[in-house]
Amino acid sequence: MDNITIKKNGLHELFLQLGNKWIFFFLLLEVIIFSIISPGFFSLNGIQTILNNSPSILLLGLAETFVIITGGIDLSVGFVMGFSSVVSAKLIVTFVGLGMNDALSIIIGIVITICIGIIPGFLNGILIGRYKVPALIATFSMLGITHGISELLIEGSAAKNLPALAGKIGNGSLINMVPGKTVSFFISPTIQRGEHLIEILPNMFVIAFIFVIFFAFILKSTKFGQHTYAIGGNIDAAIRAGIDVKNHIIKIYMLSSLFATIAGIIYMLRFVTGKADSGVMFLLDSIVAVVIGGASFYGGFGSVWKTVIGCFIILVLENGLRMLGFPTFYKLVLVGVILIFAVLVDQFSPELLHKED
Amino acid sequence: MNTNKNLALNVTQNPSKLFSLLAKNWALFFLLILILIFSFTGKRFFQLANFQNIIHLSTTSLLLAAAETFVIITGGIDLSVGFMMGLSSVLSATIMQKMHAVNFLPALSISIGSIIALIVCIIAGLISGIMITKYRVPSFIATLGMGGIASGIALIMSEGFPVTFLPPYLTDIGNGYLIYIFPGKAISFFNKPEGITGKELKELIRIIPNSFIFIVIVLFILWHILKNTKFGQHTYAIGGSMVAAVRAGINTNRHLIIIYVLSSFLAGLAGVFNVFQTGIGNYTQFSSMYELLAIASVVIGGASLFGGKGRIIGSVIGVILISVIENGLQLSGVDPFYRFIAVGLILIAAIIIDQSFPDLF
Amino acid sequence: MEYLLEVKNLTKRFGGLVAVNKVSMEIKEGEVVGLLGDNGAGKSTLIKMISGVHRPDEGQIFFKGKEVKIDSTRKALSIGIETLYQDLSLAENLNVYSNIFLGREKLKKILKFINVLDHDYMHKESKKVLDRLEIEIPSLRNRIRVLSGGQRQAVAISRSIYWDAKLLIMDEPTAALGVAEQKKVLELVLKLKSQGIGIIIISHQLYDVFSVADRLVIMRRGEKVGERNIKETNPDEVVSLIVGAEKVKQ
Ligand SMILES: Nc1ncnc2c1ncn2[C@@H]1O[C@H](COP(=O)(O)OP(=O)(O)OP(=O)(O)O)[C@@H](O)[C@H]1O
Ligand SMILES: [Mg+2]
Repeated sequence: MDNITIKKNGLHELFLQLGNKWIFFFLLLEVIIFSIISPGFFSLNGIQTILNNSPSILLLGLAETFVIITGGIDLSVGFVMGFSSVVSAKLIVTFVGLGMNDALSIIIGIVITICIGIIPGFLNGILIGRYKVPALIATFSMLGITHGISELLIEGSAAKNLPALAGKIGNGSLINMVPGKTVSFFISPTIQRGEHLIEILPNMFVIAFIFVIFFAFILKSTKFGQHTYAIGGNIDAAIRAGIDVKNHIIKIYMLSSLFATIAGIIYMLRFVTGKADSGVMFLLDSIVAVVIGGASFYGGFGSVWKTVIGCFIILVLENGLRMLGFPTFYKLVLVGVILIFAVLVDQFSPELLHKED
Repeated sequence: MNTNKNLALNVTQNPSKLFSLLAKNWALFFLLILILIFSFTGKRFFQLANFQNIIHLSTTSLLLAAAETFVIITGGIDLSVGFMMGLSSVLSATIMQKMHAVNFLPALSISIGSIIALIVCIIAGLISGIMITKYRVPSFIATLGMGGIASGIALIMSEGFPVTFLPPYLTDIGNGYLIYIFPGKAISFFNKPEGITGKELKELIRIIPNSFIFIVIVLFILWHILKNTKFGQHTYAIGGSMVAAVRAGINTNRHLIIIYVLSSFLAGLAGVFNVFQTGIGNYTQFSSMYELLAIASVVIGGASLFGGKGRIIGSVIGVILISVIENGLQLSGVDPFYRFIAVGLILIAAIIIDQSFPDLF
Repeated sequence: MEYLLEVKNLTKRFGGLVAVNKVSMEIKEGEVVGLLGDNGAGKSTLIKMISGVHRPDEGQIFFKGKEVKIDSTRKALSIGIETLYQDLSLAENLNVYSNIFLGREKLKKILKFINVLDHDYMHKESKKVLDRLEIEIPSLRNRIRVLSGGQRQAVAISRSIYWDAKLLIMDEPTAALGVAEQKKVLELVLKLKSQGIGIIIISHQLYDVFSVADRLVIMRRGEKVGERNIKETNPDEVVSLIVGAEKVKQ
């Protein structure tokens, strides 16, 4: 197994050459193709749409990156996201109802939601790290539990009546311009008829991306990150090297829930509602993005930036297909194909991919 | 690694027999206790009609769980079964619909639709199996990808709507019963006694749903294969130790491919059966999580995700347990969403019990 | 003279199986003790209790005369007990120097308050230790999984000696090596011994043990069945102890 000799011919050669850079070229290719065949794709608006849709998948992808590197999986992220969208919406509505001002209600609601939102991850971590429950089972149980609780909280329908300010933050951009008239930051100005609003960098994308940058750094450059890789690579070696593996795993699943919680809060701000199943669609996408990014389910490999590219491969595909008028179903098929392709590339080029880090 | 075997020496020597019996069959005992409780709390729970209903509604879950049992025993996982079921349902229904529309015989449309759907599922399983064995793609990913593809195709074909206008007789078969008794007046097999209408239907006693006969036959065959044949033995061997199985001369690649084909086939069967049961073709929604529920049932039934362990009967108990919880809570007037929580908790309990008594199963 | 390490009546059970049964032994500074026994005799289990992987069910451990509770690998490492495990315990997905520093990563501060990994330092230090042992590895940035068995062994050894060990435990350090590398490891053992490090070495190669050890402890079926000074015994006697006294009488 150690010294795999690969016949360097044809397809193999191609895969070897592509190595771990193929995802980048793939994304580029996607963008080029869609820009050519779909006129509105490569425009400020088109890019804006992609960025607008990106926070959920980016954050859940970030969550799965950490978890999958340790050799685990977190199935609960989608419903933790839904759970926190519901909890934050409920809290904010309650605070406003108590006569608190809108901004304060939103801030306090968010802070409390974050505290509650990491509880599922803590429980996952205990089950997986301490009681050695397989991650698939533990997080699936937590999926059921968070799903059930959120549905009970909203009694079957979506949580509504949030203050309008929430939507303004959620849908605002860092820079909002009406050419020749006004420039505002964070919150869009109200515009007159006939005026054209230019928005640059949606707030929610910026927030998600700050998380991405920060945790990419944590994973790559800190002891915490190094230990995350070590646990996925050889858990016994990690224990024997004196790493507190149980606690580390608990922290990993708490982080995972934290990211999902942020995604849920972002959802609440953008759509001004809380929905139990708001994250369902993103679970699969986020796992696929991580795998496209070269992570292995056996643990030990993966990187935040490659996951980000994986996320954008999916986002661009989704948006491009939509602009061409295809129903979203087609995306599913293509994502499945890309997923398998990604793993096959990985299989064919182990030397190149894994020689150095 | 060696822990389990060595603990085995210990535990079987010490505790009382009753206790280990309880621990080993906790799912069954738990099921019985639940039935007892729901008999008091649930309106019309403890009735033949309701039990038949539970079984009837569990048919597809049982097929998926049986599929997953084989895969999990080999140490793999099949995340495509739910979507494969949806694909099979939509595909078979679409073919039936098209053939029926141009006046083919219902029997012919139905058979051809079902057979083609099953063949497509077999091919999908073959592809998954080859990816997993020949190209060493982890089963988790290969089947995840296959599931995505299957769900996409099902959605494209159905455009996100149920497939309707199917030939007649489908639901008569799928929802029929073996015996109908009209107390004191008539008894008939497979079909309702003639000339019964409206109000009288309420008095009609139906015994043994066709779905029950169907699922018992299928499960019996699968149980037999796993328990009494060389194929079953090898399935356990591969899950216990892949290396040992290879060294013992088992063609593990071929065996695993067959396992994934079988799994897809059973999922396809569930899809076809679903058409018989509902009279329409249904794609699988993302939030339904059939495959995860199937895996949960199998694990509750005592299988280990590390492979080498699992029983058809255990998985059946797992499925029934979940169905009884859903049905019992519903009839007891409890908010249906509690069932998600309940399943989650039971699953965790299952694992913890399993790990506390590693030798018993 | 005070012992470096002294264990008394250590016992470990795995369920019904008694893997180590009331074993006592001791080792002085600069002494090499060979731990011998058949497969499954309990050697690895015994040393794992000393290195904190397993907790003893009974018995005491004294380090430099003081009783210590070694309840984690971290604890063992912190008092200077380094272990080279039979299965090497390397993270194959990490590179050479990351493994040498695993769990004890060298950090540096950026912007005065953020701790990050100091790759350059770890690389440089690892290079030093490998050079000292005259071990050649093409690049210390290579992941372990592309290294040969012997190179992996070398990395594992480097890791255990880099950290200023007082007591070094080696579980079959020569098992995966070619003849030349085996010799190198044995020379290394003698060199470390001369620096005053106590070494427990487990090996099935009697020749190896006889060439470096001062004393032998022999285990069978979880029990200590004999202890000999190297000068007062010979391979034949040791073999008979390993396989059991009955056979000797025949
Ligand atoms: N973690 C464990 N759980 C259960 N049993 C174990 C465990 N580790 C070791 N054993 C058992 O304890 C006994 C002693 O094993 P140990 O590994 O200490 O032997 P050893 O002397 O090192 O043998 P070898 O020369 O083959 O390495 C064996 O019967 C083994 O199966
Ligand atoms: Mg050993």
